[in-house]
Amino acid sequence: MNAVPSKEEWPLWEVFVRSKAGLDHKHCGSLHAADPQMAIQLARDVYTRRQEGTSVWVVRSDQIVASDPGDKAAYFDPMADKIYRHPTFYELPKSLDHM
Amino acid sequence: MYTQAMDTMGKDRDDMPKAVRSADEAARQESFDARIDAGEFIEAKDWVPEHYRKTLVRQISQHAHSEIVGMLPEGNWISRAPTLKRKAILLAKVQDEAGHGLYLYAAAETLGTSRDQLYEALHSGKAKYSSIFNYPTLTWADMGVIGWLVDGAAIMNQVPLCRCSYAPYARAMVRICREESFHQRQGFEALLTMMTRGSEAQKAMVQDAVDRWWWPSLMMFGPPDSESPNSEQSMRWGIKRISNDDLRQKFVDATVEQSKLLGVTMPDPDLRWNEERQSYDFGAIDWKEFWQVVGGDGPCNRERLGARVKAWEDGAWVRDAAMAHAHKHSLKEAA
Repeated sequence: MNAVPSKEEWPLWEVFVRSKAGLDHKHCGSLHAADPQMAIQLARDVYTRRQEGTSVWVVRSDQIVASDPGDKAAYFDPMADKIYRHPTFYELPKSLDHM
Repeated sequence: MYTQAMDTMGKDRDDMPKAVRSADEAARQESFDARIDAGEFIEAKDWVPEHYRKTLVRQISQHAHSEIVGMLPEGNWISRAPTLKRKAILLAKVQDEAGHGLYLYAAAETLGTSRDQLYEALHSGKAKYSSIFNYPTLTWADMGVIGWLVDGAAIMNQVPLCRCSYAPYARAMVRICREESFHQRQGFEALLTMMTRGSEAQKAMVQDAVDRWWWPSLMMFGPPDSESPNSEQSMRWGIKRISNDDLRQKFVDATVEQSKLLGVTMPDPDLRWNEERQSYDFGAIDWKEFWQVVGGDGPCNRERLGARVKAWEDGAWVRDAAMAHAHKHSLKEAA
């Protein structure tokens, strides 16, 4: 019962949904679609069946540039010792605590 | 239904964890183990041991296949639903199963196996899906019982997976569990309607459906812990959180109480409350039947796989046409 393989797999798209006006779009998953129009249509059907969104973005997965997880330490750890970037670093007189 | 994946894993040599080779790999393995022990989540592009990857691809894809094949027994009743309301509910539920299959395939694909490879494994019979979907749906009451017992068992299995160490899988499970609750409730409510307002024949139909689905539902949790050799490794990796037998007991304790509300009985003469254990004792499960169904010889295995392969093959020209259209369109845009 071997199925005939399809000639070409539909490309992969990443889906971002804005759950309500005023909030940002958030990544919620991915899907396969032949073209942008179909990707938007399928994103609606797959990811917003219960009014989870008011706006959908789709982008081809192969178009996303991401940082390398292997570089995580080299990339992000230098920020760990820059505590002076946080407001809590600065001790102010009590009367000014809520500056 | 997902714990079955590990218990039915082939005994091929490549299923076995390989000996760690280089010092570099040993260091990566060590840091991976430390992250697992610290309860950290593993993301798609992180380094993972090959055996972890294989186990997850198998478990997630079996889970996905189960959602997709699971549409078939219910699809059978969409055109036969007794009212428009029940038809709309059933349609929504079957659409959800398709969605759940897609979330899960997407999670499996992040581990480096393509969608077509996953389908091919299902269609060739190499990959398994939950044994439960190889039983026939003979009456309308089966729709209610599937919601109540089958989806109920699935939820019990799935809730712990929301904390699975592999984050893309865990995120898919969170979404699925949120939606699955509707499936169980609509099933129970459909049965309750028949049991409280139905005719004698309808009540008998509900009891008959419970009689046929009870044991296969208990089998959904997989073989007894004593015969579940892969469990320990999966527990260590946080892919599995609660043992087969513990989940099964939890399911029995919950559903037997619910059956009293419905006014049905479970087909088990040995079922009784154990005061000491504060749990229900239940009779022996027919594991011969379980392994027979898993092995391909259940009442509907051939029919289910045949329907799935036919749908895939009949749809091939549509998939190809959509791609051809997309190519033509992008050429026009480039010109």
